[in-house]
Amino acid sequence: MAAIVDGKLRGSQDTPVVARENGLVLAHIYTSTTALTLGALFGLLQGFSRANFLVIPPEFDYYRVLTAHGVLMALVFTTFFITGLFTFATYRSIPRPDRSVRVGWIGWGLMLLGSALAAGEIIAGNATVLYTFYAPLKADPLFYFGATFLILGTWVVGWDVAENVIYFKRNHPGERIPLPAYGAIATVVMWVIATLGVVAEMGLIIPWSLGWTQGIDVELSRMLFWYFGHPLVYFWIMCAYLIWYNFLPTTYGGKNFSDSLTRLAFLMLLLLSTPVGLHHQFLEPGISAGWKWLHTVTTYGVVIPSFMTAFAIFASFELAARKAGKKGFLQIVRWLPWGNPTFSGCALGMILFLVGGFGGIVNSSYSMDILVHNTMWIVGHFHVTVGGPAALSFIGAAYTLVPAVTGRQLFAPKLAVAQTWMWFIGMTMMSTGMHIAGLLGSPRRTSDVTYFGAAGAQSWHGEMVLAAIGGAILFVSILMFVVVAVGTRLRDYHPQKRVQFGFAPAMEGTMATPAVLDRLPTWGAVAIGLALLAYAGPLYQLLSTPHFLAPGMRTW
Amino acid sequence: MTFVVIMMVVFLATISTAAVVDGLVPPSHVQAIDPTKVSETPPFDHPGLRKVADGTYEAYYVARIFSFTPQHLEIPAGSRVTFYVTSADVEHGFSVPLTGVNTMVTPGWVSTVSHTFKTPGKYLLVCNEYCGAGHQLMAGDIEVK
Repeated sequence: MAAIVDGKLRGSQDTPVVARENGLVLAHIYTSTTALTLGALFGLLQGFSRANFLVIPPEFDYYRVLTAHGVLMALVFTTFFITGLFTFATYRSIPRPDRSVRVGWIGWGLMLLGSALAAGEIIAGNATVLYTFYAPLKADPLFYFGATFLILGTWVVGWDVAENVIYFKRNHPGERIPLPAYGAIATVVMWVIATLGVVAEMGLIIPWSLGWTQGIDVELSRMLFWYFGHPLVYFWIMCAYLIWYNFLPTTYGGKNFSDSLTRLAFLMLLLLSTPVGLHHQFLEPGISAGWKWLHTVTTYGVVIPSFMTAFAIFASFELAARKAGKKGFLQIVRWLPWGNPTFSGCALGMILFLVGGFGGIVNSSYSMDILVHNTMWIVGHFHVTVGGPAALSFIGAAYTLVPAVTGRQLFAPKLAVAQTWMWFIGMTMMSTGMHIAGLLGSPRRTSDVTYFGAAGAQSWHGEMVLAAIGGAILFVSILMFVVVAVGTRLRDYHPQKRVQFGFAPAMEGTMATPAVLDRLPTWGAVAIGLALLAYAGPLYQLLSTPHFLAPGMRTW
Repeated sequence: MTFVVIMMVVFLATISTAAVVDGLVPPSHVQAIDPTKVSETPPFDHPGLRKVADGTYEAYYVARIFSFTPQHLEIPAGSRVTFYVTSADVEHGFSVPLTGVNTMVTPGWVSTVSHTFKTPGKYLLVCNEYCGAGHQLMAGDIEVK
C-alpha cells in the first residue's frame, strides 16, 4: 500500500505537505475500494444462493457470507470512503503549510486494525451475527473489539477534522468556516453523538462476551444499536450531500445554489438524524406505541433537509443551463455533462434516491411498517439508498478525487461513465426484485426461501432471479470501477498535465451567511438535547419495567 | 417546500387517525418474561390454541432455534386470533406473509399481534429475523378451514 499511496509526484509543484495529505486521502479511498470489491463478491454469492443458482457449502455458509457482505459494505466501505472524503474536503478547503497528517494516519490505522479484526473473526466463522450483531447471539470478543476500534478510529479522524477547523477559526477570526469543511465537521459532530450509542452498547456486550457478566439486557442493547443505526444512514447521506453541494457543480461549470441553505441543511441533519431510531423498532415488544408514534413524527422531520437539498441541486443545474442559453426541461437535461463520470454517478444516484426516499417514508410510517418489516422490501430499500445516492455518489466523487490526489488524468473515462450506468441498471433490477418480493412477504436474511415448496413461498422465486441478475450486473460494474480507480494511479505521470482541483463556488458571498450557523459546539449540544428528549420516555419505560437478562448463545 | 410540508402533515394525520379510530398500531406489548424459564412459565409451558369465545381465539407460541411450537395450527374461517409469542433463546421474527401478522420476538418479552383470518387456506408462518444456522428451516403453518 505504501508504494501506491506515497503521493510524491516527481517534478510537481506540490509541497511535501500536500503530497503527504494526498497519500492519506488515497489510502482511505483504496481501503474503501478493497472493502467494496470483497463485499461485492460476497453479495454476488448471496444473490445467487437466494435465486437457487448455487448452494453455498456449509463449510463457509450463507450467513457467514451475509455477515461479511453487510459489515464490509455498510460499515467498512462507506466509512473509509467518508473519512477519506472528509479529510480531503477539510485539508483542501483549509490550506495549512505546517499541517501534520499524523493524527489522520493514526485514525486510518485504528480503523484498519478494527476492520481487520472484525473481518478475521467473520471469515473464521466466529462472528456469524450479521452486521447488526443482535444480542443474545454471542460472537467472539475480538469481533466486538474490532467494531469498536473501527468506530474509535473514525473519532480520531473526526478529531483531525475538528482540529483543522479550530485552526482555521483561530487564524481567520470573523470568517465563516469554508463550506466543504463545514459539511465535514457538522457530519462529524452528528456521527460522534450517534456512535456514543453503539459504544455504550459495546460497554454491555464486551464484558458479556468475555464471560465477565452472565446475561445481557437484550432490549436495551437493541435500543442503543438503533439509536446509532439510523444516524449511520445519515452519515452516508450527508457525505453524498457534501459531494453534491461542493463537487458536482464543477462538472458543469455551475455554482452551489446557496451557501446559507447548504449550511442550514447540514445543521438540520445534525439536529434531526438521531432522535428517530425507534422507527427501526416499530414491531418490537417492550416499547409502547406512543413512543413509536413520536419517532414517526421526528423521522418525517428529517425529510425536510433532503427536500431542501433536492431543490438546491436542481436549481443549480437549471441556473447554469440557463446561463448557457438552454431552456425547458429536456434541453437542460441534455445539456448536463453526462459524459463526465462524476456527474453521471451523482445524477443516477439521485434518481435512485427518488425510489429510496419514497420507500423510506413507507417504512417510517408507523403501522404501515407491519407490511414490510423484515421482508425483502427493506433489503431493496437500503440497497437503493446506500447503494444509490450514497455509494454511486461516492464512486462518482472518486472519479474526481483519485485524479486530484494522484495528479493523473482519469484512466478510461468512458469505461467510468459506462460503469455508473451499469450500476444504475443493475441496482434498478436488483432493488425492484427485492421490493416486489418483500411486498409478497418474502423474509430477508434467509439463505433459502423455498420452505420445502410451501404454496405461500412460490411467488418469490421469480423476483429473486431478477435480483440475482441485477446483482451480477452490479458485480461487473464494481470490477469496472476498480479498473478505473487503480488504472488511474498506475498511469504515467506528466507534470505539465497535473490535474488541478477546486471546489464549487457559492452563488452568494460566504460572508452573507448568518454566523450563528457556524456555532457548532452549541448546535452539538442542542442535538444531544433533542436525542435525550426523544429517548427519555422509551428508555425510562424500559428501565422502570422489571425485566430479565438473557444468556448468550452461539447458534451457528 | 410548502407542498412537502403539507404532504408530511397529511401522511401523519392519516396514520394517526388509523391508529386512534381503527386501533391500527404496531405490535407494542410490554410484558416481561424470564427467557431461561419459558418452558416453566404459564401459559408458555403449554403452547397452543385456546378458545375464548365463538370465533375468538388466543394462540400461545414459543419460538426456539429453529422451530415454532406449535408448528401447526387449525382455526375456523372468520376467526379472530390473538397471538402471544416469546423466545426461549435468541431474537426471532413471527410473520404470516400477506396478512397483518408480523412482529419481532425478543427474548425476555412477550409479543402480541391480532388478526382475523377470513379466507380459508394454508398460511405459511416464517421466522423473519436471522436466528442462526437453521434460520431458513424455521417455519410453520396455520390452516384456516
